[in-house]
Amino acid sequence: MSARRPYIRPMARWYLRDPFFIEYMAHEGTAVFVWLFALELLAGLVCLALGEAAWNGFLAWLDWLPAQIANGLVLLMLLYHGITWFLILPRTIPPVRIGHARLPGWVLSAAGMMAMIAASAVLATGAWLLARGGL
Amino acid sequence: MNDPLKRSHEPIFWLLFGAGGMLAAMLGAMLVFLLAFGVPSGLLPAEALSYTTMRDFAGNVFGKGFLFAVVALFFWHAVHRIFHSLHDIGIHAGLPARVLVYGTAAIGTLIAAAALLAIGF
Amino acid sequence: MKPQTKTVAVLRYRPEQDKEPFWQDYEVPFAEDTSVLAALNYIKDELDGTLSFRWSCRQAICGSCGLMIGGKPRLACKTFLRDFEGKVTVEALAHFPIERDLVVVMDDFIAKLERVKPWLMPREERAPEDGEYRQTPQEMSLYEQFAGCINCGLCYAACPQVGLNPNFLGPGAIALLHRYNLDSRDGGSEERMKLISAELGVFNCTAVGYCSAVCPKIVDPANAVNVNKMNSARDYFFRFLPRPAPKGGCQ
Ligand code: FES
Repeated sequence: MSARRPYIRPMARWYLRDPFFIEYMAHEGTAVFVWLFALELLAGLVCLALGEAAWNGFLAWLDWLPAQIANGLVLLMLLYHGITWFLILPRTIPPVRIGHARLPGWVLSAAGMMAMIAASAVLATGAWLLARGGL
Repeated sequence: MNDPLKRSHEPIFWLLFGAGGMLAAMLGAMLVFLLAFGVPSGLLPAEALSYTTMRDFAGNVFGKGFLFAVVALFFWHAVHRIFHSLHDIGIHAGLPARVLVYGTAAIGTLIAAAALLAIGF
Repeated sequence: MKPQTKTVAVLRYRPEQDKEPFWQDYEVPFAEDTSVLAALNYIKDELDGTLSFRWSCRQAICGSCGLMIGGKPRLACKTFLRDFEGKVTVEALAHFPIERDLVVVMDDFIAKLERVKPWLMPREERAPEDGEYRQTPQEMSLYEQFAGCINCGLCYAACPQVGLNPNFLGPGAIALLHRYNLDSRDGGSEERMKLISAELGVFNCTAVGYCSAVCPKIVDPANAVNVNKMNSARDYFFRFLPRPAPKGGCQ
């Protein structure tokens, strides 16, 4: 008879074991806020389709203080999502090589965040031009 | 699920997750800002969110495409992560939970398409 | 001069008498250059001969001394007591069953390594008189990094998905798989693709990335896993189209 009795440790609350895991859960958690924002946009689209009165109702919602606070939180979470998305990017995309050398991860992360800033600027400019009566 | 060598269907959901995640990372924060704080902050003129401006934007083919991509992909990104997070916190949810979580994205996508079609071209 | 000492807390488990693991403290004298492995050897030689742990090379290349030190996966021979404030905790690698004290059951890990067919499956058979399978330095640079793995298991201890689903192939095995797939002399990519795309394959990964952070050899297993998600997705959608060459990229 074998005296072997391998002990398997439980996985309960593994995500509190290491600060690295806590950060992981935090950036995974931004998904809830992405979901809420998608729902808000969807509500806006539906109101827009229903007509002017409904749309003005949606605008009133955006002006409502609790909604503003909620949207402020959503804004922070989407910012956090963006930053962490680009921080893990070097792990998730194929290595970029210049000649022989592999570009260091921080270069890819920095390039990603720069693209984020540029794209956001383009979007804001577009919205501004649109409001001024067309592109 | 029982045969670990069976081909996984994750590529479909993973690609949607990745596309939505990239779009949300690039534009998400600015979109929230423009929608909720663009006018109050003075960055955008008041007519930016007026009924006519938004109808015009959603009536344009490109505007329509943009709005649809944002809403649908944000949903698909979010549900994929949420479903995996359930697994992470020990809720090894089966098919019903999967249908429930991903179902919100599917329904959201359909409603977005319907609304955009109703707005017309 | 009396030497300084440090408390080393070890998670003990003796299957024949303990229902479950328990912590035991040892006082160990230490200097600037005392590694955790040296401390364990001191305990075994001077304080408690019943303590079990694995080691061999003392120079971070055999891969047998992987442990949770201060709660993080580390090589005991490459980690030093001087870097810890107060007590140092030492525990068997997470996500592996404990065989005894700091010794874990590696069988499943080894089986996964074997499963990815970690050998060259030549693209075309050659007779000895045809000469060697040649490769340029550029071709080698593509996979060199992934060939640095010493099978220490730290990445498995760092990967929550391995802990949550023991079927998952895991970072190390997939990095090894990727090393052969990237080799210009190899023709086995298609065979290995079945494994990548299976339920036990790359899609168990949620890009935690801790595996690459703890890797003592900068192998970056997370990158191997995630690059293969894209490869698998391509295979998923284009599998019914006629295939081009049996292997791309490495000509
Ligand atoms: S003893 Fe060989 S790696 Fe530490």
